Amino acid sequence: MSLQATTYLVVGLTFALYIGIAIWARASTTKDFYVAGGHIHPVANGMATAADWMSAASFISMAGLIAFMGYGGSVFLMGWTGGYVLLAMLLAPYLRKFGKFTVPEFIGDRYYSKAARIVAVVCLIVASVTYVIGQMKGIGVAFSRFLEVGYDTGLVIGMGIVFIYAVLGGMKGITYTQIAQYCVLIMAYTIPAIFISLELTGNPVPQLGLGSTMSGSDVFLLDRLDQVLNDLGFAAYTTQARLSLTNMFVYTMSLMIGTAGLPHVIIRFFTVPKVKDARSSAGWALVFIAILYTTAPAVAAMARLNLIHTIEPSPGEYMVYDERPDWVRKWEKTGLLAFEDKNGDGRIQYSANAETNEMIKIDNDIMVLANPEIAGLPNWVIALVAAGGLAAALSTAAGLLLAISSAISHDLLKGVWMPQINEKQELMASRVAMSGAILVAGYLGFNPPGFAAGTVALAFGLAASSIFPALMMGIFNKRMNKEGAIAGMIAGLGVTLLYVFQHKGVMFIASATYMGDMPQNWFFGIEPNAFGAIGAVVNFAVAYAVSNMTAPPPEHIQHLVESIRIPHGSKEITGDH
Amino acid sequence: MSQNNNYWQANLRLIALCLAIWFVVSFGFGIILVGPLNAISIGGYKLGFWFANQGSIYVFVVLIFYYAKRMEKLDREHNVHEDKDD
Repeated sequence: MSLQATTYLVVGLTFALYIGIAIWARASTTKDFYVAGGHIHPVANGMATAADWMSAASFISMAGLIAFMGYGGSVFLMGWTGGYVLLAMLLAPYLRKFGKFTVPEFIGDRYYSKAARIVAVVCLIVASVTYVIGQMKGIGVAFSRFLEVGYDTGLVIGMGIVFIYAVLGGMKGITYTQIAQYCVLIMAYTIPAIFISLELTGNPVPQLGLGSTMSGSDVFLLDRLDQVLNDLGFAAYTTQARLSLTNMFVYTMSLMIGTAGLPHVIIRFFTVPKVKDARSSAGWALVFIAILYTTAPAVAAMARLNLIHTIEPSPGEYMVYDERPDWVRKWEKTGLLAFEDKNGDGRIQYSANAETNEMIKIDNDIMVLANPEIAGLPNWVIALVAAGGLAAALSTAAGLLLAISSAISHDLLKGVWMPQINEKQELMASRVAMSGAILVAGYLGFNPPGFAAGTVALAFGLAASSIFPALMMGIFNKRMNKEGAIAGMIAGLGVTLLYVFQHKGVMFIASATYMGDMPQNWFFGIEPNAFGAIGAVVNFAVAYAVSNMTAPPPEHIQHLVESIRIPHGSKEITGDH
Repeated sequence: MSQNNNYWQANLRLIALCLAIWFVVSFGFGIILVGPLNAISIGGYKLGFWFANQGSIYVFVVLIFYYAKRMEKLDREHNVHEDKDD
């Protein structure tokens, strides 16, 4: 069977599975729609959370990013996993005890204020919409590269699939499809990694292979990589920092806090039956995430080494361009890889020196996408990688869309505008909101705004500087009142946005920067994407100052805080007011 | 109420311990002390690099399960667990 036919078959089978699940797991109540009935087993929820969390970026782009950043890429590895420790200890169990449907609902009740709830909805929608654009692009790209259908057609097919299971099943349908999607994406990620690790080091476990010696030699793989990169004029892989250690510190912290504050992740923990399940479920989520996140650095280093071996099979002996391997020819066509024989010797030199370097374009994404071909793996593995990339993008998109639609139908419609609507009407409203969210996300996928590149980082900055501090203080500081929380959220968000706009341009229009985007203008050399942690510090400081100058919260709020701190008396989740 | 207060204090101490370890393995070993630790090797890994790339993630997983287990015990000791009858 040709590669094309195999890919269609594998992707088609996974899609049929998702649709089958959608029909089986329809939602019949708002509780089904918002929190999957509240009966998801903690291990199952952990798996669904892992798929919810790991996006097209984690699956397709992260290993490539690390391959070229070396040690500096560790900020993503630590940042996107360490947040789960914060989530498990500082937020998830207490928010589960609180027992409502959405994150803004907690903020509205805890700070006895509809204004606070609306501010939270705005933060949630901005963070989630920016994030969903990236997923939509991922779906379009995966289709166009693997199935050779146009980007637009791919996007429409992807939207159609999400539409079926998210509108029919809400959180219930999304949860069960995410579990299936996790299985697809983790197989697709680890199988090529195992083969490559075996080939390079003889060790089938990539996490161990990365620390092993090269096959048939007593040189360690990482030492060899450092050596060849140094010879080409690049920084050594294992010590190449990202800008500065201060920047890495703040960046890692921002990603951790941002992860813990992302509403589409938090609401997953409302689907487990008990408070103690919320704690252990965070641990399971991290187990399933760690399988991919500890494999990624091995894929990164091994793919980089393989790439160099292709270009320079033995020292000083460069690849003859006319004899380049098939996978190089194939990916050249996509524009992700490009060569220019500058000195006309018919061979391709790779070097850190931009003037003599002849591999003029190498896209990060190629490190994962072309991996199975570089290792010479069979067609079904390549087809599986296509299905895995789609599973990662679809599962994250669905989780984000649910967070957006429940904020609209539950927080704005039922909570603020039309409190009198009944359960049936609200369920209908949530389906309409979901359909609307899918259409908006699709529109933004077709017409990605100019600032799309900076948006995922912005989502983390927003969640870190606004949502996380408000939630944490709501639980850990009984004295925190609505004045403090609202002032803190606005200050944290304001500082973060100001810094990003200052260096990246207002709404990311490059010409509208009022301070250039260059390291010497950065505050302590901190890059704009890493600024969420500073915004969070500002949020905490402003909130404390303002709450100490204003009246303490009413007594029933202090009782509310006391009750969410203990598991006893936890009820099934409801959306009652 | 003082019963619940003791429970909360015990929870806060446990969180402080876990987050101290969380901080040390990632920000400490993986970033601040990465230089000196890289002088030590385990297998082909420089130790600081290993913590940043692998080790911190393993410790995070263990920390969450340790916290969950200890909290279940605390819930029962302080009689605030979910299965208790009113």
